[in-house]
Amino acid sequence: MDTKEVNSASTPLIISDGCCVHFGNIPALESVNFSINKGKKVAVVGPNGGGKSTLFNVLAGLIPLTEGSLTIEGKSPSEVKGKVSYVPQKDLINWNFPLSVKQVVEMGLTTRNSFALFSRNKVNEKIKKALEDVGLLEKINKSIKNLSGGQLQRVLIARALAQDSEILLLDEAFSAVDIGAQEDIMQLIDNINLDGKTILIATHDVNNLEEKFDEVLCLNKHCCAYGDPAEVLTSEVIEEMYGSHNSLLNNKTHFNNEGSGND
Amino acid sequence: MIEILLDPFRYDFMIRSLITAFASGAMLSLLGPFTINRNMGFMADAMAHATLPIIAVGVFLGFSISELGVPAAILIAIFLGLIIKNTSVGEDTAIGIIFSSFFALGFVLISLLNVTVNLEDLLFGQILAVNISDVYIVVSLLILVILVTVIYFKQLLFYSFDPIGAEVKGLNTTFLNYLFLILLSTAIVGSLQTVGIILVLSMLIIPAAAAKLVTETFTVSIGVSVLFGTISSITGLYLSYFLNLPSGPSMSLVATTIFVFAFLSKKIRKKGSLATVTVS
Repeated sequence: MDTKEVNSASTPLIISDGCCVHFGNIPALESVNFSINKGKKVAVVGPNGGGKSTLFNVLAGLIPLTEGSLTIEGKSPSEVKGKVSYVPQKDLINWNFPLSVKQVVEMGLTTRNSFALFSRNKVNEKIKKALEDVGLLEKINKSIKNLSGGQLQRVLIARALAQDSEILLLDEAFSAVDIGAQEDIMQLIDNINLDGKTILIATHDVNNLEEKFDEVLCLNKHCCAYGDPAEVLTSEVIEEMYGSHNSLLNNKTHFNNEGSGND
Repeated sequence: MIEILLDPFRYDFMIRSLITAFASGAMLSLLGPFTINRNMGFMADAMAHATLPIIAVGVFLGFSISELGVPAAILIAIFLGLIIKNTSVGEDTAIGIIFSSFFALGFVLISLLNVTVNLEDLLFGQILAVNISDVYIVVSLLILVILVTVIYFKQLLFYSFDPIGAEVKGLNTTFLNYLFLILLSTAIVGSLQTVGIILVLSMLIIPAAAAKLVTETFTVSIGVSVLFGTISSITGLYLSYFLNLPSGPSMSLVATTIFVFAFLSKKIRKKGSLATVTVS
């Protein structure tokens, strides 16, 4: 058993206990229970409107719970801002700004006390290290408008790395990027995960999750299932999330149709 | 040539006007790149128009337009910010309602209070009428806008690019939102005497749009925008002096000319690079 397994087995980092979020009278999340250990790589799946982004917003301390509790290391998300870095859905970012790659990554180091116009050497070093980790150091002074969708996603991940937070939330990290770029991003996420960071990724792709993730959280306003993808992604759970659309899963995915394991 | 350039300096009113034109051109074009990239042009136009009732009441009470600057700017920024945040009709619609109703209210107040203002000057600017205290106020506003923008540059940039990410990172996004609205409103109100309510938008938007066409990154576009903005305001004032033209519209048209050149230069460069690709 390696270090990562010891840590993940013993340290619950995020605990959701009956977490509920309502927007007016409309429920977005209802009685969601799960516990994520440190160092896990978790896929959050579910239909549009199933509450994936709402859960991420709660974890990021952006919206309060209506009922229940959700804690990160025993504290509410708003108390531990900085421990979580968030890569939002691409369409929530204002891409009109022709920023340089460096400026975007530096945002991971920007706080409410950042008043200097020019970056210090220490900050520049961290930016370079983060860009090196995502393989984009040579693009440091390029404008983001000249980057591909996959490269933009990697720049945002570099921003999160520069922040050096324990938890990384990626909302729809694989949308609008081609398959090659998806593989690059997944490889990158694996590397980050090896450093002990806990990673949650909202995704619409329910195929081969057991190959990519330690755990899966299935949401359709409530928690349909949580655990090892090979065990919990049953046809019932898929139906609970998406209705009778089991064709979503390709035949490589081994879901427990009859509780017979994943052969 | 030098003699021609120095000729306006024979007159005190022209020296005052040149300083004011430079200050207005610089502060508007400094905030322009933020404004266009955040798609806030309509909001800025509404801010300019919403000043009319404040000017009507202020002038009625004996204040000059530049003296009203900062308090009017803060009032407008907070009011617009609150209305937009708390309305359910959509941002554009809310801005449209405020824009037209405040402009209408301004005209009604001018008539009701029997305020003696030259409407044409108010709408299109009359820089030649600035006095020395106006100059001090506008230059002070320029220094204030530059200082605050520089101090909060990184936070404003983060908030403008990714408001959610900024909030997650712990930045005070409500403060940053109102800070930018107040800065913008200050630059607009401070420039009303230079270019007027209607044309203030041209000095805010056009230099920034031209700069965006000829630059690659945001930071460089700010510098180029300020350069275009100050060239527009000073050149416009010279044209107005030598050709006896209205000053506000002259500045606006110089800015437009720069934009057209920037647009054509981008088109030509694009065609050139496409041709290179085809040949190679």
